[in-house]
Amino acid sequence: MKILVCISHVPDTTSKINFTEGDTKFDTNGVQFVINPNDEFGLTRAMWFKEKQGATVTVVNVGGPETEPTLRKALAIGADEAIRVNTEATDGFAVAKQLTKVIQDGGYDLVIAGRESIDYNGGMVPGMIAGLTNANFVNNCISLEIEGTNATATREIDGGKETVTTALPLVIGGQKGLVEESDLRIPNMRGIMMARKKPLQVVEPVTTESETTSVSFEKPAPKGAVTLVAPDNLDELVSLLHNEAKVI
Amino acid sequence: MSPNLIWDLFKVYEIINEISTFVEIKNKEYIMSVLVYTESEQGKFKKVALEVASYAKAVANQLGTTVTAVTINTSDSSALGNYGVDKVLNVTNPALDAFNANAYADVIKQAAEKEGAKVVIVSSSADSKYLAPLLAVGLHAGFASNVIEAPSSTSPFTVKRTAFTNKAFNITTINTDVKLVAVSNNSFGLVENTGSASAEDFAPAIPDFAVNVQSVDKASDKVSIADAEIVVSAGRGLKGPENWGMIEELADVLGAATACSKPVSDLGWRPHSEHVGQTGKPVASNLYIAIGISGAIQHLAGINASKVKVVINTDPEAPFFKAADYGVVGDAFEVVPALIEKLKAFKAQQ
Ligand SMILES: Cc1cc2nc3c(=O)[nH]c(=O)nc-3n(C[C@H](O)[C@H](O)[C@H](O)COP(=O)(O)OP(=O)(O)OC[C@H]3O[C@@H](n4cnc5c(N)ncnc54)[C@H](O)[C@@H]3O)c2cc1C
Repeated sequence: MKILVCISHVPDTTSKINFTEGDTKFDTNGVQFVINPNDEFGLTRAMWFKEKQGATVTVVNVGGPETEPTLRKALAIGADEAIRVNTEATDGFAVAKQLTKVIQDGGYDLVIAGRESIDYNGGMVPGMIAGLTNANFVNNCISLEIEGTNATATREIDGGKETVTTALPLVIGGQKGLVEESDLRIPNMRGIMMARKKPLQVVEPVTTESETTSVSFEKPAPKGAVTLVAPDNLDELVSLLHNEAKVI
Repeated sequence: MSPNLIWDLFKVYEIINEISTFVEIKNKEYIMSVLVYTESEQGKFKKVALEVASYAKAVANQLGTTVTAVTINTSDSSALGNYGVDKVLNVTNPALDAFNANAYADVIKQAAEKEGAKVVIVSSSADSKYLAPLLAVGLHAGFASNVIEAPSSTSPFTVKRTAFTNKAFNITTINTDVKLVAVSNNSFGLVENTGSASAEDFAPAIPDFAVNVQSVDKASDKVSIADAEIVVSAGRGLKGPENWGMIEELADVLGAATACSKPVSDLGWRPHSEHVGQTGKPVASNLYIAIGISGAIQHLAGINASKVKVVINTDPEAPFFKAADYGVVGDAFEVVPALIEKLKAFKAQQ
């Protein structure tokens, strides 16, 4: 089984979000970048497929040279090889178009992407690559088993979960549940040394149209101060929620 | 005929031609309605369906056109008229009883094509988030997700969406001929309208299913976090899973969904489906009550879209107090039972 894991290179969850160039660009100054959390769960699941079922695991990112440390980290965790499509990720569709070319050239059976990246939160790349490559698709995937070409997956739905059966080729939008938090791997020294020797191939992009354009960013208005209510005066809280906030 | 006269006649002909193409374009624009997918569960509309219908009406007003809704296995679609829908395409087919992203996307695509819709609107429910990217590919539509306001302009088509998990907003234009917008839940609200919708049956082709549902595990008596108006959430401050009784009771009194912080689900105190925050589920409820939750940046990011936030925490320095509207500095084990009693009394009066 050939697995492709799509890795988004995103600001660490603790990052302060600022913008530059007249609020048109994300300010990367002082920001730590990491593997998108949803993708990290998927990568770890892919490692299990590799160790238990002999799969090969390729990781891919669409982005400039600055994303290579994130791909190297994925190699250190245990992926076999990496591909970087050398272009700026401008919108979800453009990224999906680039990944489609990689998938078609590589003939992958299973593509694991994250349900969304925590920067632009588009939540569209996995579904779009499934649509563009005519593969089966399971979103919000919290468990996945594969036997031969048959797949059984569980997806989170509003208020519960649902188990589905499908077949390869398959694309999933993954999240926590594919593996647990405690299953995530921190690269060890040996992994980091080996990652240096693993292939990281840079491919040039295909031309795509830009279906959407990011014009600018805004930050939420600063919040007013909290209204404190004494613990022995909860009637007051009930009254505020009813009369002032009008939420009960 | 003098060459001048021929020239003048030619000019007149050109002008008439221009006018007629202009009229044609105008007419065409008029018949291109806004299409909205109004989803239901067991035949009844979800609240998000009425919200996206309200949103579609706002867009249609801006474009000077009408709203067509497509429903799948809905028993009674008359409510849609009250939210601005002019026409409903009702699809009734037992093959579509279980949700299937591909098939549903295909049905919506066929409805959009039939109506010549240039703007297609869906919600941000788990199902709609699943089908929307497939629909975008099918319609060759530029797609903006997590949209929180009506477009600020329709030419270029410009929308405001949340980004960086509610830490910022992103202004985006959609450049394609057909546009797909996914509206964030509970962002636009319900806007009532006086009107009635005409209804017709629509029988699109249904593709073969390649993803088949084997089982669904869903508590039918509980509100889901996505649909809830009120969410009661608790963190590590509760000390252990045995203490969740009062959280469930508080949720019960308020008709709320229960949620938890990430460590609580990682420790196995509560199911993963309750984990909210940047790496869990997003919350955009009217009221979010956080009990024994410190208010780490990753937690706040995911719940910030909630309109009113209440925090109950022993530590007055807990960061959650900076994000909350109302706060109680106190021990959850005393405050929550007391609050339950006060709320019960309040509800009894109502
Ligand atoms: C990559 C990454 C992603 C993350 N994603 C998320 C996410 O999506 N969601 C999320 O929630 N977290 C997330 N986190 C974790 C986050 O950083 C915090 O660790 C977590 O939110 C803390 O949970 P907590 O508030 O329940 O626990 P704590 O931080 O331990 O806080 C417990 C609080 O309870 C209070 N308390 C104690 N006893 C009582 C009492 N008797 N009565 C009242 N209050 C009491 C304490 O004062 C304290 O403020 C993420 C972390 C990382 C690194």
